[in-house]
Amino acid sequence: MLSFKLALRNLLGAGLRTWLNVVVLSFSFIIIIWTKGILEGWDRQAKADMIKWEIGGGQFWHVNYDPYDPLTLDESHDRIPAGLISSVQPPVPVLITQGTIYPGGRMLSVLVKGIPPEQKILALPTAKMVSADGEIAAIIGKAMAENAKLDTGDYVTLRWRDRNGTFDARELKITGIFDTNVPTVDVGQIWIPLAELQDMMLLPDEATLIVTPENAGPGEATEEWVFRDHEFLLADIESIIRAKGSVGIIVWLILLMMAMLAVFDTQVLSIFRRQKEIGTCVALGMTRGQVVKLFTMEGALHSVLAAIVGAIYGIPLLFLQSVRGIKIPLESSDFGLAMAEKLYPVYSAALVAGTILIVMIVTTIVSYWPSRKIAKLNPTEALRGRIQ
Amino acid sequence: MKKLLLVFIITGFTPLLFGQYPDGKDILRKIDDNMISENRYYESSMIIHGRRTSLTFKLKTWTAGDTKSFTEYLFPVREKGTKMLKLDDQLWIYSPSADRIIQIAGHMLRQSVMGSDLSYEDLMEDSKLSEQYNAKVSGEEVVDGRKCWIVDLTAFVPEIAYHRKKLWVDQERNIPLQEELFAKSGTLLKRTRLSEIRRINERWYPGKILFKDMLKDGQGTELVIDEIRFNIEVPDHIFSKASLKK
Repeated sequence: MLSFKLALRNLLGAGLRTWLNVVVLSFSFIIIIWTKGILEGWDRQAKADMIKWEIGGGQFWHVNYDPYDPLTLDESHDRIPAGLISSVQPPVPVLITQGTIYPGGRMLSVLVKGIPPEQKILALPTAKMVSADGEIAAIIGKAMAENAKLDTGDYVTLRWRDRNGTFDARELKITGIFDTNVPTVDVGQIWIPLAELQDMMLLPDEATLIVTPENAGPGEATEEWVFRDHEFLLADIESIIRAKGSVGIIVWLILLMMAMLAVFDTQVLSIFRRQKEIGTCVALGMTRGQVVKLFTMEGALHSVLAAIVGAIYGIPLLFLQSVRGIKIPLESSDFGLAMAEKLYPVYSAALVAGTILIVMIVTTIVSYWPSRKIAKLNPTEALRGRIQ
Repeated sequence: MKKLLLVFIITGFTPLLFGQYPDGKDILRKIDDNMISENRYYESSMIIHGRRTSLTFKLKTWTAGDTKSFTEYLFPVREKGTKMLKLDDQLWIYSPSADRIIQIAGHMLRQSVMGSDLSYEDLMEDSKLSEQYNAKVSGEEVVDGRKCWIVDLTAFVPEIAYHRKKLWVDQERNIPLQEELFAKSGTLLKRTRLSEIRRINERWYPGKILFKDMLKDGQGTELVIDEIRFNIEVPDHIFSKASLKK
């Protein structure tokens, strides 16, 4: 307790030098917590949005379906099987094919997706797919609408090939445009009623994938249908966030290194300038180990003070951001993955406690490193203040 | 005046009254006899007219029936040496810059060639019309100063790209001068104009073909036949994967 009091008094006595170190170290605390909080918030938000807009409770994929290879779409469809899952809410079959639209005389390749208009599992506004006089109603996402320069009420020609490879073309009426954070249901896609697409493709009662409701439990795979759970369907977003996380780690490692350099520098300087004090302490009966402990504690206390200072300005700042969110200046479609216009960082207790612990341990190690030199000092020489 | 009217009525209704329009299927057979050969070799220029600029590709192609085709790009420099081999519904492309052969599934045949109005199917296939379509002559019209039969074609085989076609067939030369390709719904998808018709041995063959995707803007894609030879001796190794890297 004595050495703690002594260390604290020495530290505060150093004045500006201590506070400079403390402020730099507190920046490090806040940046670590902030970047980790953003990634955690993005992770939660992206997963929730993907479940809401695209994945539901998991999907059954036709065994040949590969979302990264549109050329396989011709062979990845089959009759919708009965009783894949036991759930009150019926699953949502989706049929996918390639097509071409011609907005304003331009040619755009699209994925045409058929979905039942009455479905309730996904947040897609499929109820808007209503039209009169035999028109085919279609809904598209905001990014697709901007790219194709289409608006609600516009007509656009769709050309596709049926199961025999025969060309066909029809006019589609855009009956709704939805705003989503999930580009995989938006960019380059057109949603039309499932029955229409089955009819157009000569594939009655067939689908490419089947979206199950949440809490329906794991589905049982068959020879033709493979169940893809959340872990599989969210693997991409998780790996991207992990990759982004490693970039964040590099940033905070640089910050931490700068702070540690300052602490290390201060320690070296203290030992050099306070040799008489070290000699006096030893002459008064302190063992060399006790003196090392005192100097190490002085260094380590930087991180305690930094945690307090960081809390003073960091808690209100981080709280405000978690409530108001951070506006992302880029369109989510530019990234090709689910990202909301505003990100709400999430700061867990484990994140805050873990960060404080890591910084304290690192600061203690950095403080101890130069203090070991004290053990080699000759007390009489040190008392005279001679440089050794 | 009455005589004139009489002549007009007689000439106008004679084909209807006496069934003078020839049999559509016969016309298709004549077109096939004229256009289709056991094999052929041709050098051509494909000019893709874009919104602002035009791109020219020079190609040399060997075909045998409707199952084998081999094409080599001669121009521009960046595409020179690129080769494509089609055997049945499989397509292999060799790119000299990557020095690799890529095998592409049958679906790729439906994709556009270098952003043109032609698919690989259009460019590399040479199927007999009479084996795919029923035909009916619906009238006659003058195209490029030549009297043509208007022939409506409806596919009788299920696996075909265009369910319906309309041809304007030169009555004397048995070659279509214009072709319209329709979707099943009746929407006009593509129009092809064949011009600079010339006699090559016993055949009439176009020197220039203009393909136009009717759903998009632009002036279409021209295929200019610089040189063509029919029923020549094509060594077997041409239609093998080994020839892609040669």
